[in-house]
Amino acid sequence: MSDAPHADRRDFLKRALSGAAALGLVGAPACAAAGTEASGWKARVVVARDPQLRGGGSSVDPQRMLALLDRAMQTLFYRDHPAEVWRLVVRPGDVVGLKVNTLGGRGISTSRELVAAICERLQEAGIRPADIVVWDRDTREMERGGFHAAMGGDRVQCFGTDQVDYEDDLAMWGSVGSRLSKILTRRTNVLISLPVLKDHDGAGVTLGLKNMYGAIHNPNKYHPDGCNPYIADVNMLPEIRKRLRLTICDGTTAMYDGGPAYKPESSWQMNGLIVSTDPVALDYTGWQIIERKRAEKKLKTLAADGREPKYIATAADREHRLGTCDPKRISAIEV
Amino acid sequence: MFRRLSIESESAATGGASFDRRFFLKCALASGASLGAGGVVQPAAGMPAAAQPQQSDAQFVVEARFYDKQPNRRIKCKLCPRACVVGDKERGYCGARENRGGTYYSLVHSRVCAAHVDPIEKKPLFHYLPGSLAFSLATAGCNVNCKFCQNWDISQVRPEQIAAEYLPPYRIAQLAQQYGCPSIAYTYSEPVIFSEYMMDTADAGHESGVRSVVVSNGYIQQEALKAAYGKMDAVKIDLKAFNEKYYHDVVTGQLKPVLETLTTLRKMGKWTEVVYLVVPTLNDSEAEFTGLARWVKANLGPDVPLHFTQFHPQYLLKNLPITPVSTLDRAKAIADAEGLHFVYIGNVPGHPAQNTYCPQCKRLLVERVGFTAGKMLIRKNACPFCGRHIPGIWHT
Repeated sequence: MSDAPHADRRDFLKRALSGAAALGLVGAPACAAAGTEASGWKARVVVARDPQLRGGGSSVDPQRMLALLDRAMQTLFYRDHPAEVWRLVVRPGDVVGLKVNTLGGRGISTSRELVAAICERLQEAGIRPADIVVWDRDTREMERGGFHAAMGGDRVQCFGTDQVDYEDDLAMWGSVGSRLSKILTRRTNVLISLPVLKDHDGAGVTLGLKNMYGAIHNPNKYHPDGCNPYIADVNMLPEIRKRLRLTICDGTTAMYDGGPAYKPESSWQMNGLIVSTDPVALDYTGWQIIERKRAEKKLKTLAADGREPKYIATAADREHRLGTCDPKRISAIEV
Repeated sequence: MFRRLSIESESAATGGASFDRRFFLKCALASGASLGAGGVVQPAAGMPAAAQPQQSDAQFVVEARFYDKQPNRRIKCKLCPRACVVGDKERGYCGARENRGGTYYSLVHSRVCAAHVDPIEKKPLFHYLPGSLAFSLATAGCNVNCKFCQNWDISQVRPEQIAAEYLPPYRIAQLAQQYGCPSIAYTYSEPVIFSEYMMDTADAGHESGVRSVVVSNGYIQQEALKAAYGKMDAVKIDLKAFNEKYYHDVVTGQLKPVLETLTTLRKMGKWTEVVYLVVPTLNDSEAEFTGLARWVKANLGPDVPLHFTQFHPQYLLKNLPITPVSTLDRAKAIADAEGLHFVYIGNVPGHPAQNTYCPQCKRLLVERVGFTAGKMLIRKNACPFCGRHIPGIWHT
């Protein structure tokens, strides 16, 4: 219990930034800002793996998942104890949305074990169970992904936007005009994005930034041109940007081709997590992992396949500044 | 679920606003009464309110008719020029079609999210059964994303995001007859994306003696156009602009396929009217009006009605003013001067250019007040004063 409880968000940021200066840790949007390079900051992305994540079987061992999460988060935040880490991310009174990705059904959705591990740590950090909302766009889709719907009562909440609707008014930024999920806007003040590491036939890859397509009512309008600049623009919507504190990409099972629907022949058990507060650096790092797997499988690069995920560079450009995709400014740490 | 229902974009009397359900029904019933309409179908009756459990979509799902299967469970849609290549579990740009395991499905067959009894003048179709009613319906979704869309809360949503009623084709034909409508109109959103339903409903209507008309952006591939619009008795095409840049930037589509649609409809002999929404600063140059009028005359003929309509700020285009009437007058003057015979001005109540005049003797033939035809003098498809043929479908 070395850290005092957070006074407010500003205080949190101040301490995180001063810690970053001392430790080389980088806050998310700031890392792409002018002057960042001169300061020597780098975006930290932790890639944590556990070859024994599934033990000897096919299902994920919950205890090993919890240990893997702890290792990733403690490395990212330079803390010795998991509870300290999560108190840097949230504070009592927050209502935390865990945005999962369940499009791929049982085969390749955000794993329940990962969500359970995060919920455990959030509660240890002082978040009430009912103030944790596991959500995606559609409840039935979530159930197909292995989640059990839960609304009301003093338990972790779990449901889709179909249960509460989207906002009537449009949120607009750049090329995007969308209604946002009321789970995002009305139920939660903190957003933790929990995407899955996947290839995507349009965008190239679908990771943390694209996971936010599940927060808008009209994602089908934003798939042309490799989803560029739409993915970056969606993430610029203030209601998303101001809430997003952390991305934990689930690589328990990952896909190097044929996504986003589950295709077992194009998936592999990476048995890992990718964690960062910089969503752009995380997407860049995840993209490189997929490229390495594609090379191993003798597949063309995504660029050669006409699917280079250009939205990542757009998200880092001067107009967006959502993070960095410059490999010289990303510290990717394998643990 | 959204709480609002919308009415079609030509609602000048109401400023084209969207209404909440209660207000909409009230207005619709009132206007129906004043128009002598038989009433209004209430698709909202029994609809789930916001945030209620979803309806099962099984009854609305039919295999799409215009697509090719590709390797790896992908499909290529052949309905509109966008030609979406859609992976398994994903939807096309329209949001109304989904790839499920390598088979492409329409999710909106018989899934009606708006159904009203409208005057045919509201489509607008001015040379088609003036003074008649059209049983008008829509499903959710659209294959473009016009920044000025007035019905965006039904056109720019996924089917499951809006309340809908199951109305199979035979039921639509029954309702049209019940409400005294000689025509069914596919309108409000974009009928291209519910082509299967439109085709089946047109067949059911024709079996019952009810015609079909479509109000469309014309952004459709040729094979689907011939199959689907071949079943229509009249077509209104929204030609959004006469330049590709506008189509790219404002519509998210392409001009060329729409022009091809118009010329194909002409070859098919379909009665067609063209509407051009004039948006200040974006598609209102004299050069564009001139180019448009010359193209229409050369490719469709001088007798095709061309409607210039007034823009109202909506959706993603709220930073522009209402189109000045003087701009519409200028557009009409240019088109008249180029030799078009039937150029109208729309969305401006009381404007004399919403009436039909004989191109030869210049006498008034059809007088329109609001969305009603107050006076209709055309007899046997001709001017009663000079005998000049007046093109259109004037009598049932």
